[in-house]
Amino acid sequence: MTTGSGVPRRGFLAGASLLGVGALAACTSNADNSGSAAPNNNAQNAANAQPGKNVKVGFAGPQADHGWLNAINLNARNEAKKYSDVNLVITEGSNDAATQASQIDSLINQKVDVLVILPADGKQMTPAGRKAMDAGIPVINLDRIFDSAQSYRTWVGGDNYRMGLNAGNYIAQKLGGKGTVVELAGIDTLELTRQRTQGFDDALANYQGIRKIGRAAAEFNVQTGQARMAELLQAYPQFDALWNHDDDQGIGAMQAIRQAGRSNFLMVGGAGSKTAMDQIKADNTVLKATVLYPPTMAASAIRLARLLGQTKGLGDLAEQEVPASVTLFSAVVTKDNVDKYLPLSFE
Amino acid sequence: MSEQSTESAAVEQPPPVDETARVEAAAAQAAEHLAPGRRFGLPRIREVRNLGLTGVLAALVVVGAVTKPDQFLRLDNLILILTLASIIGVVTVGMTFVIIGGGIDLSVGAIVALATVWATTKATQGYGIGGIVFTALAVGIGCGLINGLLIAYGRMVAFIATIAMLAGARGLAIQISGGHTQTVNAKNQALVDLGYKDSYLLGIPPLVLIFAGVAVVGWILLNRTTFGRHTFAIGGNLEAARLAGIDVRRHTLLLYVLSGLCCGVASVMLVILTSSGASANGNLYELDAIAAVIIGGTLLSGGRGTLFGSVLGVLVFTTISDLFTLNNLSTAAQQIAKGLIIVAAVLVQRRAELAERTSS
Repeated sequence: MTTGSGVPRRGFLAGASLLGVGALAACTSNADNSGSAAPNNNAQNAANAQPGKNVKVGFAGPQADHGWLNAINLNARNEAKKYSDVNLVITEGSNDAATQASQIDSLINQKVDVLVILPADGKQMTPAGRKAMDAGIPVINLDRIFDSAQSYRTWVGGDNYRMGLNAGNYIAQKLGGKGTVVELAGIDTLELTRQRTQGFDDALANYQGIRKIGRAAAEFNVQTGQARMAELLQAYPQFDALWNHDDDQGIGAMQAIRQAGRSNFLMVGGAGSKTAMDQIKADNTVLKATVLYPPTMAASAIRLARLLGQTKGLGDLAEQEVPASVTLFSAVVTKDNVDKYLPLSFE
Repeated sequence: MSEQSTESAAVEQPPPVDETARVEAAAAQAAEHLAPGRRFGLPRIREVRNLGLTGVLAALVVVGAVTKPDQFLRLDNLILILTLASIIGVVTVGMTFVIIGGGIDLSVGAIVALATVWATTKATQGYGIGGIVFTALAVGIGCGLINGLLIAYGRMVAFIATIAMLAGARGLAIQISGGHTQTVNAKNQALVDLGYKDSYLLGIPPLVLIFAGVAVVGWILLNRTTFGRHTFAIGGNLEAARLAGIDVRRHTLLLYVLSGLCCGVASVMLVILTSSGASANGNLYELDAIAAVIIGGTLLSGGRGTLFGSVLGVLVFTTISDLFTLNNLSTAAQQIAKGLIIVAAVLVQRRAELAERTSS
C-alpha cells in the first residue's frame, strides 16, 4: 500500500539499527580484568624449580560459567607459563560428560605426558580417567573426585567438609559460644553443598549456646542469592551470624541485606572472591570473613603434573614420589590476613 | 469455542461451495472474533477461571498466617513478595502476549542473562546509567526482533527458533562475562540505590511500581486496543485472522519484540536488585513464566487468556517460595508443592469452566 514511503523508511530503520548494533558491540568489552595467579613460593625446593625434561600437560575442565571455575582456568594457564619445560594443551571447557570424554580421548591421542582433569561430573567421568591411566598417562584429578582410585594417579582438591567446619568454628568463637546462626547454602542437589552444611553443623554442635535457626538454598548466583537472603531476613528478624556458602551468590545476598537495612549480625562468606575480600579489607559491611576454596589448586595441579612428568617427588616431603592425594586447607580470611590472600582471590 | 462458532455460522448460512464463500465464511468468523460485543460473554468465564487461582493464593495466605503469623502477615513481607515477583512478573507479561498470540518464547531467561551481562560490562558502565538502561533494553528488543523475524518471516517454528536463541544468548552471555559476576561500579551507584528503602515512593519500592506500570500498560494493550484484539484473533485462528486482513507476520514479529522488550525491562530491574549482571541470571525463567501464564488460565494453544491471571500466577509462585523459607523448609519440598499447585490450579480451572459451560 505504501510502497513509495516504505522503502526509505525501511532503509532508515536498517541504518538506525546497524548504528545501534555497532554502539552495542562496543559495550561488550571487559578489558582491564586483571588475572589472579599463584605467587611463586620461595619455599619451593630449588632443585625442583630447575628446568628439566619437557612435559606436555593436557588440561580438561568444565565450562567456566562461574567466577571460581574461570579462576581455575586462569590459574592453570598462568602457572604453565612460568615453566619453560611445560607445554600446556588446554581444551574448551564443557559441562557435557560426553563432550568432555571425547576431549580427553583427543588429549590421549595427542600423547600428552600428564593429564589434569577437572570433571564436569566426577562419577560420570570415572571411565575417561581410567582410559587415560590404562594408556599409561598419569591423571591428576582436580577437585571433583572420580569414583575409583584406579582412575587417577593423584587427586588434588578442596575440602568442603572442612570449609563448613572452619566457618562454624570461626563464627562460634566470634560469638563467644553463644547466639543464633543462619545459613545460606548453595545448590542443594550437589554433594559439596551437603558436605559444607554437614561440616558447619558438626562445628556448631561443639558449642551448646549456639543454635542454627534457619537455612535456605540459593543456586550459586546473585539472583537467587538476593531472593533467598531477602526471605531469610524476613523470616528471622534477629540472628547473630550468617554463613553464606559462596561469595558469588554473596553479592546478591549483600544487596538483600542492604535493601533490608540490616547490619546487626556477623557474616562469613565462602570460596574467596575478590569482591568479598575487598569488603573484608574495607571492613564497612557485615562481611567480616570468608572461608577459602582456593582456585590456586589448578596452579598446584600443573606443578604436580610437571613433577610427575619428570618423575620427581615433592620438595618438602621425604617421599620420592608425588603423593596420591592432596587435600587443601580451607583457610579463614579475615581483616588481619586478607592482604596475603587477596592476590589469590578470583573476580 | 471456535468450533462452536463455526457450527453456528454453518447453520445460518448455506455451506460454502466455492473458494470465495470459504474466504467469506472465515472472514466472518474472524470478524465475529474481533467484534467488541463478543467480549461481553467472556468476562464471566474469566472471573471463574481466576477465582480458582485466587482461592489458591488465599489458601497460601491462610497457611502463612497460621504457621508464621508474626513474620508473614506484615507489610514488609508483602513488599518483599511483590519485589521478588516484580522481575519475573514483567517477563510473564510479555510471555502472556506471545502465548495468547499462539506462540511460545523459550528464550526469555537467556535474554535476561545476556541483557544484564551486556549492560554491566566495563565498557557499558563507562556510559553511565543511561548506557546501562539503553543497552539492557536494546539487547532485549534486538533478541526479540531476531526471534520474531525467524518465526514470522523465516517460517521457523517458535519452539525451535526460541530454543536456538536460548542457547545462543546464554552462550554469548558466558562469552562476554567470562563467567564473572559483573558488579555495578561506584559511578553508577545511583541505579543500585533505587533498590534501597530511601528510594521507596509512599512506601512502595520502585521495582514494584515498574511491575505495576508494565502490568497496567499490558492490560490496556491487550484488552482495550486493536493490537490486543489482533493478538487474540491470531492465536485463536491464524488463517481466519489473515483472511480478515490482519498483517499476521508483522503482528507476530511485534509479539516477540514485545516479549524481548519486557526481558530488557526485567534486566534493568535485576541489575538494580542484585547490583550486578551475570550469565547465570534468569535461570529457568522461561519455565517459571510459562507456568505462571498457564495456571493463570491462558490456553497454551493461544487465542484465550488473561493478563490478570498471569500476574496472579506469578504471585502464587513467589508466595510459595516466601512461605517455605519462612518455615525453614527445603528447596525439594518447595518444588514438590509447586508441581502440585500447577496441577491443582489447572484442574480447578477446568472444573469451573465445565460448570460454566453446562450452566449457560
